[in-house]
Amino acid sequence: MSKAVSALNGQSHTGFATVTEAGLKGMVTLRADLDSKALAKGLKALGLKVPAQRAIVTEGARSVAWMSPDELLVLCGYEEAAQVTADLEQALAKEHALVTNVSDARAMFTVSGAKGDEVLMKLCPIDFETLEAGEMRRSRAAQVAAAVWRSGPEELSVICFRSVAGYMMGLLEVSSRKGGEIY
Amino acid sequence: MLTLTCPCCGVTVEETELAPGGEAHLKRFGPGSSDEEFETYMFARKNPKGVHFERWRHAYGCGKWFLTARCTATLEVFGSYPAQTTEPPAELIAKIKEKRPGWEGYK
Ligand SMILES: [Zn+2]
Repeated sequence: MSKAVSALNGQSHTGFATVTEAGLKGMVTLRADLDSKALAKGLKALGLKVPAQRAIVTEGARSVAWMSPDELLVLCGYEEAAQVTADLEQALAKEHALVTNVSDARAMFTVSGAKGDEVLMKLCPIDFETLEAGEMRRSRAAQVAAAVWRSGPEELSVICFRSVAGYMMGLLEVSSRKGGEIY
Repeated sequence: MLTLTCPCCGVTVEETELAPGGEAHLKRFGPGSSDEEFETYMFARKNPKGVHFERWRHAYGCGKWFLTARCTATLEVFGSYPAQTTEPPAELIAKIKEKRPGWEGYK
């Protein structure tokens, strides 16, 4: 098998905040009836649970985020994504559901630093004052779709399509340049 | 700037996150309908100056369609509600009637 590489190979830039392409990440998208018992069981086997509306819950190295009323995104290690997909498929075999390993179709970024919010404030129509820890906010960054959440103290994470990873890094790099702080 | 609350994910967003879908509560006339019925369904819109019911899609967010009522003259938003309905919720109609006593109703 060929060697897997992330969209931008971990490229990083530091201005008034640090923006980094997060490297290979496992992502499994899941469309199903979110109230289904089989889904709850399948997630429980991974150490996760069905998140509430717009929530992202993290247990150890795995997270699961609410993406829409019938869609979740499981974040896990890149290497284990295929197995996680197979396990969830098995758990939902009798349900009207779709489980897909989208790890290679997406790119993930982190924006870290005390002024990290200000990098994204210029790009996304999100009210960062009210964006709480544990909330997954789907929106856009300039002209592309993006999902944003607080992944740690003074750290935000961003997911976008892999095909626009270069564009996203361009946005983040320019927006985080010194002198571009808002406050 | 128009801001609407998406009832599917509960977040209040500005219009650049949304895609407009035109007038809400249209009855579809497809195969088997008369030419007049189809023409009206296809082309005739109320386009009122005032209370208007609209379809919107939370395109950059949860991706779902929802419905809203707003005033085309003032951009005042009366409310939004799920798309799985054939008519606006009664409490929303009551709210609009209170604010716009002369309003002729949604039909
Ligand atoms: Zn929504």
